[in-house]
Amino acid sequence: MTIREADRPPAPSGSAARTLVLGIGNILWADEGFGVRAVEAFDRRFAAPVGVTVLDGGTQGLYLVQHVTETDALLVFDAIDYGLEPGTLKLIEGDEVPKFTGAKKMSLHQTGFQEVLSAADLLGKYPARIALIGCQPLDLENWGGPLTDPVRAQIEPSLALAREVLRNWGVELVERAAGEVRPGLLGDGLDIQGYERVAPDSAAGKGGT
Amino acid sequence: MTIQTPNGFTLDNSGKRVVVDPVTRIEGHLRVEVNLDGDNVIRNAVSTGTMWRGIEVILKGRDPRDAWAFTERICGVCTGTHALTSVRAVEDALAIKIPENANSIRNLMQLTLQAHDHLVHFYHLHALDWVDVVSALKADPKATSALAQSISPWPLSSPGYFKDIQGRLTRFVESGQLGPFKNGYWGNPAYKLPPEANLMAVAHYLEALDFQKEIVKIHTIYGGKNPHPNWLVGGVPCAINVDGVGAVGAVNMERLNYVSSIIDQTNDFINQVYIPDLMAIASFYKDWLYGGGLSSKCVMSYGDIPEHANDYSEKSLKLPRGAIINGNLSEVLPIDLRNPDEIQEFVVHSWYKYPDETKGLHPWDGVTEPNFVLGPNTKGTRTNIEQLDEAAKYSFIKAPRWKGNAMEVGPLARWVIGYAQGKPEFKEPVQKVLTDLGLPVTALFSTLGRTAARGLEAQWAGAQMRYFQDKLMANIKAGDSSTANVDKWRPETWPRETKGVGFTEAPRGALGHWIRIKDGKIDNYQAVVPTTWNGSPRDPKGNIGAFEASLMNTPMAVPDQPLEIIRTLHSFDPCLACSTHVMSPDGQEMAKVEVR
Repeated sequence: MTIREADRPPAPSGSAARTLVLGIGNILWADEGFGVRAVEAFDRRFAAPVGVTVLDGGTQGLYLVQHVTETDALLVFDAIDYGLEPGTLKLIEGDEVPKFTGAKKMSLHQTGFQEVLSAADLLGKYPARIALIGCQPLDLENWGGPLTDPVRAQIEPSLALAREVLRNWGVELVERAAGEVRPGLLGDGLDIQGYERVAPDSAAGKGGT
Repeated sequence: MTIQTPNGFTLDNSGKRVVVDPVTRIEGHLRVEVNLDGDNVIRNAVSTGTMWRGIEVILKGRDPRDAWAFTERICGVCTGTHALTSVRAVEDALAIKIPENANSIRNLMQLTLQAHDHLVHFYHLHALDWVDVVSALKADPKATSALAQSISPWPLSSPGYFKDIQGRLTRFVESGQLGPFKNGYWGNPAYKLPPEANLMAVAHYLEALDFQKEIVKIHTIYGGKNPHPNWLVGGVPCAINVDGVGAVGAVNMERLNYVSSIIDQTNDFINQVYIPDLMAIASFYKDWLYGGGLSSKCVMSYGDIPEHANDYSEKSLKLPRGAIINGNLSEVLPIDLRNPDEIQEFVVHSWYKYPDETKGLHPWDGVTEPNFVLGPNTKGTRTNIEQLDEAAKYSFIKAPRWKGNAMEVGPLARWVIGYAQGKPEFKEPVQKVLTDLGLPVTALFSTLGRTAARGLEAQWAGAQMRYFQDKLMANIKAGDSSTANVDKWRPETWPRETKGVGFTEAPRGALGHWIRIKDGKIDNYQAVVPTTWNGSPRDPKGNIGAFEASLMNTPMAVPDQPLEIIRTLHSFDPCLACSTHVMSPDGQEMAKVEVR
């Protein structure tokens, strides 16, 4: 996957540029947690340079608007439905990231997050740069279940893609030292190991439909 | 067919059926079906949540001290109130006492949520049911300025200001990109505001969107982060060090003063923008007094905001506690969340299985076993239901009842109870609103009443934030900086088997978590959320829930534009993500309305 140079908006000026790396989704619904798990892995892998904020947005919807209006560049991880093979990673950039209705569905939390983007636009504070790293899910109905294998397999490639996107934005990521001990982005049993340790088997978590 | 419900409604499903799916601008997925008579008046209402959940499936076998973090993820709006309810349930089960400062900080977190949620609900989820955005384009900015200055001292009110806003809005609309305003039925005759009031409201929509971020900074300061603030069984995870300077993690005097200034700004915004707007809008809808739901019959509130740490009695709780049934406002009945005969959940019309479905189950003994079966009169297929059969199972929401009664919960329920108890802090503001609008007390039992109660409660919450911030600072100055009690942190100190219940008043109503702990792990966990109360299907006796009741007898101006239905349902601030889960397979955004 490559980034088309021509489509890119001018770089935010100087070192004051603020960058937000945001993961959204609901970790309780299997592959709907892709965005949050990706940003959790991003935080585990990379030390955020000055000016870069790494945020687990969960399913906050409109309440994320201040994070979006207070950044110059926005990189979002999320589960998307573009009718692709489950486990396909897709990079969507700039104006291709839909903020309005009628566009191709961007995200499974579309109503919520599209509304956030258009609200930011209405406030006149839309990020100068925006990119979405999306993954087509396999299973969204396993309540309490883990990521499926095809989606889990895309976490690592999504980090490489994020690194490339950010590099093109002038942000160089540095990998954390092996064995660095620090609290993760999610705690209290919600980190991916803690959460999946006692995840119920898929039969018990299946909906009735 | 005509059915008389025990709770006093006459249902007639013979007229044409209108299906609204989903009801938009809410958290989660809600579908309603109504039957209209020849005059387009709603004579039967069916509300359904269409995906199941059961938090116990996820929590069983986990550490009770982590439960709050999981419950915070059920939903994007109610995060903190679920977390607070959860830590209270665990503390109840383990007999853990929290320090006074922790009580004050928790109250501040909860009151902040109330004020923030009510404000965002009013402007960003509900106002557009009353405010016609497109009409605002026709407003005269000078007349808008005069209107704004006549109702409030709020400084952003010049003709130039409103002209700018109108210009931004015009560009937005002309670009064909309505954005957050896309799901409107603009021009519907049920909109009653003049263009100037519409423009003023749109300006405040934008101001509120920008301002709300300030309020949640309180969650970041006391909860360590936002979104998803931190909570702790035994207190709050927030160290206080008044002498600290820039210390990471600890709350120092500078942070405390910062919270104080945010509280002042919040009160200014509520008192000078939210309340005047609410009154101005209400004055144009005084004859639209539909949507009372169960508010004039059966209401319930668990109460919240304890004055004293660890005292959850009616006397200590600043939000009222109790139940009113059969419209008898002269008697507020005591409630007991532990009594197996009081709160029970029924599933005779819900897609779940009980051994004996004529009986309800108390949440401590609750089970959540899905059973998706459709009644014989269902139209369509299992995967594409065109019309539900409400005589059979028709919702993934259970039907909780209090002593067999369907109850309305939420701001209106709380304010009706406070009013009935004669508490001046509830009775006087209600009376003032009614007097100012020239309406009788019965007008309170309406969609408008529910919306007004939410505004009054935001005002009340703002004042209480000031009270608890002052109380916290005074206690700290007196030398008490304790915020947590960790005496019973280790599972070895717990009984082998125990159970507890925690409750709060979430912005949208009474919220309870019931937990059973065995060998240090969660054995059962049931959450009965406000939208389960309000959005419940019918029970074995045939009582309808508050959503269905609220739609009854409402006339619709244009049957295929469900503005009146949406207006009333939004007034409950429904949260279907908690009560069920949303799956929108086609990602459809605009509500699909079908008239059959």
